[in-house]
Amino acid sequence: MSKIQESPSIDLRSLQFRREREKDWKLLQELIERVEKNGAKSLDDDELIALPVLYRTTLSSLSMARAISLDLDLVQYLESLTTRAYFFVYGTRSSFMQRISGFFADDWPRAVQKLGAETLVSFLAVFLSAVCAYVLVINDPNWFSAFMTADLSDGRNPEASVEFLRDGLYSGSLRDGLSSFATFLFTHNSRVAILAFALGFAFGLPTLFLLVTNGFMLGAFIAVYVPKGLGFEMGGWLFIHGSTELFAIILAGAAGFHIGWKITFPEDLSRLQSATEAGRTAATVVIGVVIMLFIAGLIEGFGRQLIKIDLIRYIIAILMLAMWLAYFYLPRKPEHQK
Amino acid sequence: MKPQTENSHLRRKLLTPEGIALHLQLAGAGERAAAFLIDAFIIVLVLVVLSFASFFASLSTTPEIMEVVWLLGFFLLRNFYFSFFEISARAATPGKRLLGLRVTARNGGRLRANAVIARNAMRELEIFLPISFLFSGGASGVDSWLILLGLTWSGLFLFFPLFNRDRLRIGDFIAGTWVIQIPKTKLQTDISQHNISDVDFDFNSKQLATYGIHELQVLEKVLRLKKPEAIISVAERIRIKIKWIKHKDERDIDFLNAYYSGLRKTLESKLLFGVRRKDKYHEV
Repeated sequence: MSKIQESPSIDLRSLQFRREREKDWKLLQELIERVEKNGAKSLDDDELIALPVLYRTTLSSLSMARAISLDLDLVQYLESLTTRAYFFVYGTRSSFMQRISGFFADDWPRAVQKLGAETLVSFLAVFLSAVCAYVLVINDPNWFSAFMTADLSDGRNPEASVEFLRDGLYSGSLRDGLSSFATFLFTHNSRVAILAFALGFAFGLPTLFLLVTNGFMLGAFIAVYVPKGLGFEMGGWLFIHGSTELFAIILAGAAGFHIGWKITFPEDLSRLQSATEAGRTAATVVIGVVIMLFIAGLIEGFGRQLIKIDLIRYIIAILMLAMWLAYFYLPRKPEHQK
Repeated sequence: MKPQTENSHLRRKLLTPEGIALHLQLAGAGERAAAFLIDAFIIVLVLVVLSFASFFASLSTTPEIMEVVWLLGFFLLRNFYFSFFEISARAATPGKRLLGLRVTARNGGRLRANAVIARNAMRELEIFLPISFLFSGGASGVDSWLILLGLTWSGLFLFFPLFNRDRLRIGDFIAGTWVIQIPKTKLQTDISQHNISDVDFDFNSKQLATYGIHELQVLEKVLRLKKPEAIISVAERIRIKIKWIKHKDERDIDFLNAYYSGLRKTLESKLLFGVRRKDKYHEV
């Protein structure tokens, strides 16, 4: 029987392997720890160039170590180190500001464009339900209470006097603007929009319900003013911000429908993949919707308190609508040409 | 404080573009919940500080300003806090960082901003809808059974992560993301280097052929943990198994170190010839 006499600490191949490469690993570890703590900005140009190279060296060390080393700790170390480096090397490299500007220049309008059919459906849902409610309330004012709760209408119902209604269209101070902007207009509407998106998950049905109730309210509301000869004035009051706000709500509904549709009919993708793709597009639209609602809230809270001339209200409404339409739907360079 | 629990059913494989498999450890439901609670606590704390600040900044104003701070602040925070932190290179909110977690794309690719936004917009459905059902109790004239129904329905979303093996929230599901543990990275010294008194130990080849790789790595764990009882009992069992006669003043730890080095050398040289002896039952 042969005896093993040599000192094992000298002759282990895996040890020699480790000694030769350990310096690179430690360097990579140091860089990664710095990046994770302070972001990519904390690396200078040389280090930034060195990092992917070190990552590949370490990765090949890992595959080597798996083949020749039985030191579990070493293999686990290399695996965790390369995993962390992987997320940096193949992860996000652009800065926060770059990503934000990319969102406005590209992601958002492109996502809205993708939702063309859903946007049409969503628009029709609001429009038809508004027409429906309008016709019902015009013919029989008793229908009003079916569409509108008392605290939402705030006395603006079919029994209200012309003076009261006219007053409501032009009153309000800046101070009211701030609180109404914050309390209701923006936060409430945005929540409704995000919910319309989130509920799309349940095959889009709750989204439809949400849109239709909003359409009913709109129609019923208009039906209060038109018979009193305040139709034109009411239009200016409503659409100065409404062109932005309604557009936003319609887009939110479209986002919900998009998810619902893609989950129900995944076509040639798996249901999960289909949901994922739809979810990303829809979420991009919805975060844009929140921004639109923010703008609508500002117009409603402040602009409407300052501008009391119908014609200017209409001009702003139309300008805003034209701006949104141009921003979203004017032809863009196809994605692959960037 | 990074509780790194190894759960084999939460291990997932990630194939890098270089063709090498890495293993990811998914975060458990408990860690996820804990991270969320920390974040929720931070949000509330910020709101309280904000309202105090606005209160002292304008002592004259009515409760109105408070209302604005809470409604607008809460809305902005709950919608943008998570996305803001997860869009950054670390892909983790402060709560997640504290627990050593991060968000990644399920397909191993780039974690895109719209994925982060999608997974967090879904929180409205998962967290805030149940909460609003919970608090809508006495407020309006809605039937209580209707609220209960809503609560149950929205609760399904909240507990969704418990019902799938990847611990996905609805938001993860929609956005194509999952949450993993950031692996701990610490390289310890090679145990075979510890060996100082190798002259006393010369194992014969039969003794070194007793065990396989599995046993070697168990022995490695014992030697790294350095629990005295474990070392004594393991040394005893190995001596019996390989029929080693204990020297006069031979220390258990030295014996184990020496045997580890010898066994590893034997097994690694077999590896070089393409023979991977998995464990002691594996005959080569």
